Amino acid sequence: MIAAFRHMLMRDLRLALRQGMDATMAVAFFIIAGTLFPLGVGPELNTLARIAAGVIWVTALLAVLLSLDRLFQQDFEDGSLEQLVLSPTPLEILVLAKIAAHWIITGVLLIAASPLLAIFLNLPAEVYPVLLLAMGLGTPSLSLIGAIGAALSLGARRGGVLMAVLVLPLYIPVLIFGVGAANAVAIGQSPRPHLLLLGAILAAALPLAPWAAAAALRQATE
Amino acid sequence: MHRFANPTRFLRIANAVLPWTGGLTALLLGVGLYLALLNSPPDYQQGETVRIMYVHVPSAWMGMLVYLTMAIASAVALIWRHPLADIAAKAAAPIGAGFTIICLVTGALWGKPMWGTWWVWDARLTSMLILLFLYLGYIALVNAFDDPNRGYRAAGILALVGVVNLPIIKFSVDWWNTLHQPASVIRLDGPTIHPDILLPLLVMAVAFKLFFITVLILRIRSEIAAAKIRNLQLSLARG
Repeated sequence: MIAAFRHMLMRDLRLALRQGMDATMAVAFFIIAGTLFPLGVGPELNTLARIAAGVIWVTALLAVLLSLDRLFQQDFEDGSLEQLVLSPTPLEILVLAKIAAHWIITGVLLIAASPLLAIFLNLPAEVYPVLLLAMGLGTPSLSLIGAIGAALSLGARRGGVLMAVLVLPLYIPVLIFGVGAANAVAIGQSPRPHLLLLGAILAAALPLAPWAAAAALRQATE
Repeated sequence: MHRFANPTRFLRIANAVLPWTGGLTALLLGVGLYLALLNSPPDYQQGETVRIMYVHVPSAWMGMLVYLTMAIASAVALIWRHPLADIAAKAAAPIGAGFTIICLVTGALWGKPMWGTWWVWDARLTSMLILLFLYLGYIALVNAFDDPNRGYRAAGILALVGVVNLPIIKFSVDWWNTLHQPASVIRLDGPTIHPDILLPLLVMAVAFKLFFITVLILRIRSEIAAAKIRNLQLSLARG
């Protein structure tokens, strides 16, 4: 089972690397959408510093959302998803491997790119470590919860827009506590409760999301 | 439960029950509105605006209760492949969304004179808004597939995932210190509001529940009819 997990993970990573540009598209969107805010709100540095954490989180959320269709869509179209459903390895394990690969490709890159956006948005220096820590705890949850939406909207009409409607409400808690941690530091409070709640969301999503996503994939391939 | 899996038997029972629930809804809604609007004391602080509560609170309860009903029906449909549970869940969704919208709108109308603002981003208001989004997502998903059975099943999974929001709504006012007042009716140590206000509120709550049952039966009936029409058209098209 661990071998199957590793194979699935390596396969998805290899596919993503061979497609090259596709994987970096979400990060490009993240940076470009983030730079729209200083242009839209105005370049006043204090205002930017106040909204920086929120902007980074919202654009990261949207970037993950845009990358979700890569998770199952290709496998659904070329039929390999049906093979995965039929394989003796529990589908939940394979789904977890695919989610892990998705997080490594988008989540880790987004975390790596967020200091750049933070500079553009004049984020106070003392907030950087907490922002990165919160994103480290939050982005895996985004991949996990997003996988449910991606699996549910397979084969639906207008799948992309539908996925946004399904997934964004479920992302709201991650957004609230992620921004909450950064804002707590900015006003001199402890970010600990927010980080603990982000950890709790991750701890709940880690076993439950692959389970729900696998159930959705089974009914999609029926 | 499986007794009701047969649409014909369900329709026979539903048709027998419908006039009673419909009549009781009208009766209790009339009595409840009379008690709430004319025959209950105004609040000593809030004055006459407190009467908004008699619509606001029952619709908030219904928003959550209908979601719970929908989630249970979806679970029954997914586990036992119960054919009417799917239809019941689908039929319940727009009713629940309607109750949630009523709750949010009456809340805004009540908030303006009392809090001085239509909307605040407080935990209970936000989680109720998320509930509305979950309803809309469910309705979008259930109608997104050409094969209605796929829509039922996909939306059923979504309904079950969304259940995590229900305890958050219920306990948000206890967990976070918010502008919205804490629970005053459903508490372990008994309700903290005066019987003169509690009685009309409970009558309205029961009337809302009966209204839900009545509309749910009507909607299930029309869903069954629509499925029949679809099957007939398919068999005609196949020749």
